[in-house]
Amino acid sequence: MLDFFAVESLLTPEQIAIRDTVREFVDGEVLPGIREWWDNYTFPLHLKNTIGELGLFGANLPEEYGCAGVDNVAYGLIQYELERGDSGLRSFTSVQGSLVMYPIYAYGSEAQKRRYLPELAAGRLVGCFGLTESDGGSDPGAMRTRARKDGDGWVLNGAKMWITNSPIADIAIVWAKDDENVVRGFIVPTGTPGFSAPEITSKMSMRASITGEIVLADCRVGPEALLPGVAGLKGPLGCLTQARYGIAWGALGALEAVYTTARDYAATRTTFGKPIAARQLVQDKLVRMVTDHSLGLLLAHQLGALKDAKRMTFTQVSLAKRNNVRVALNGARLAREILGGNGITTEYPVIRHMLNLETVDTYEGTHDIHTLIVGRDITGEGALE
Amino acid sequence: MRIVVCVKQVPDPNAGVARIDPGTKRLVRDGVPNILDPGVEVALEAALQLAEAGGDNTVTALAMGPESATEALRRALAMGAHEAALVTDPGLAGSDTLGTARALAAAIKQVGFDLVVCATESTDGYSGMVPGMVAELLGVPHLSFIRQLSATGDAITAQRVTAHGYQTLRCALPALVAIASGSHEPRYPALRGIMAAKRKQIATYDLAALGLGAADAGEAGARERVLALQPAEQRSAGAVIEDDGTAAARIADFLQQRGVL
Repeated sequence: MLDFFAVESLLTPEQIAIRDTVREFVDGEVLPGIREWWDNYTFPLHLKNTIGELGLFGANLPEEYGCAGVDNVAYGLIQYELERGDSGLRSFTSVQGSLVMYPIYAYGSEAQKRRYLPELAAGRLVGCFGLTESDGGSDPGAMRTRARKDGDGWVLNGAKMWITNSPIADIAIVWAKDDENVVRGFIVPTGTPGFSAPEITSKMSMRASITGEIVLADCRVGPEALLPGVAGLKGPLGCLTQARYGIAWGALGALEAVYTTARDYAATRTTFGKPIAARQLVQDKLVRMVTDHSLGLLLAHQLGALKDAKRMTFTQVSLAKRNNVRVALNGARLAREILGGNGITTEYPVIRHMLNLETVDTYEGTHDIHTLIVGRDITGEGALE
Repeated sequence: MRIVVCVKQVPDPNAGVARIDPGTKRLVRDGVPNILDPGVEVALEAALQLAEAGGDNTVTALAMGPESATEALRRALAMGAHEAALVTDPGLAGSDTLGTARALAAAIKQVGFDLVVCATESTDGYSGMVPGMVAELLGVPHLSFIRQLSATGDAITAQRVTAHGYQTLRCALPALVAIASGSHEPRYPALRGIMAAKRKQIATYDLAALGLGAADAGEAGARERVLALQPAEQRSAGAVIEDDGTAAARIADFLQQRGVL
């Protein structure tokens, strides 16, 4: 692990062991194939069983539901290592854990938890999270998807956009407004009549991740589908805080990948009789990347410590997600420059990470939205409303 | 069946060049990353698969080394070993292969066993002598270079790698098997295993607990002396055969001379 400021000295032996096992998994099972999967627009679905066996889905949820029960720093290190492999892989596990398992754990009935969490933890079920709609992801309160009460059940109508995993999911967590205009969450089996999930096939980013729509056309679900423990936007936003926390760690894994590639390339690429690593302008770029990684990692570690102490605020998560993703994206662009022409081919991992990070910078709250969340917190003035 | 797996912590072979202390002529283990021997992981995987194949089986990971060797034992526990034990004593420093085998054999007797599983050789010393010595001291058969292992009742069936193919062996328990490198793909330690390993106690034995004295192990008891060390020769580049129409025949001759074909 790239660790210029010895953050490892702050970790417990179990956190180190967890990081190492995920690192070995990524080195052994992901890196050898990721270029081909990304180039061919394929998601490595065969990895889901191993990911489940390792316990990486919803790893910070309790053991009684089949999860690993690790602390939040360990959870962050998992996301870091997965995204060192590819942002798409981290997104796959992040969605399953933070956006599907977490709402069932936090808002679900005991029966829902017992039914779904062990299956999702093992990777026997895949889930997706339907919140964003095509008319604007940054304003989820304006959603048009409706849940009409019908007898003891509900009829869902509407459409969701940019939904990671939706074409391969077994269940979807769907957020919709009820007859009183209150946002409610539903666990919808994707085989329910009226549910469809066409794949989005034109992405130049996250190509090793499956993204789709969710179309709900008179999709009728029973009373057992409703997540009873939450009403209002705080439901989905609570999930997003969990996912954004993981992203604050994950992006740094991508930064490590592009930095080490650029550093190694600079050490062997010679121009005018010297390796380009000996050139001041190249050193400046590498130092900027290491500096950003070091600051980001210390920030992520402290964020994890706060989360474990139950003192983390969503504003702190916004600041960390905003910062760490943007520095990773900037680092990827610098690495792309250092690699010159080789930086635009997928023979090296830099352009793949760079294009993936364009998505990561946008999803789970855009860079600008997080700016305004933090801005509102520190000034008391809301610029979002 | 009680299975004991001999476990060793070694300097990470992927972390750079191993350093030898010129005074003691021993491998420097301080200040370098130490890991569970990759060859031992293969042996442990073989033992775990055997234990999981059915029956009431326990796998105990047993290491000899300083306190820091508990890290290797924790990894073995995280991979799935049920129990772990450490033989540690300042008097064990400088043990030769026989001293190591004596300490391990004594500990294996205390732990109790039906089957001992070792790697063929360690990834630091590479002597390859300890498994045979442990078997001899325990008075049990030694099955070497084993690539496949199964158990039926009070016997094991094992496939042994030879220069010309494979031998299938059947052996009554108790016994010791040395697992061939690369024969099993070690599993990644799962998170639940890592968390469970944290909570498990590791039994420790010193020389006195094993009924051994200074003459049995450690520097004082060592009969081997390392006289000199020199770096291995760099491998020279291989022969390049360019195809002038006879390449296939020349490659076939090359392979035939070495007994591959």
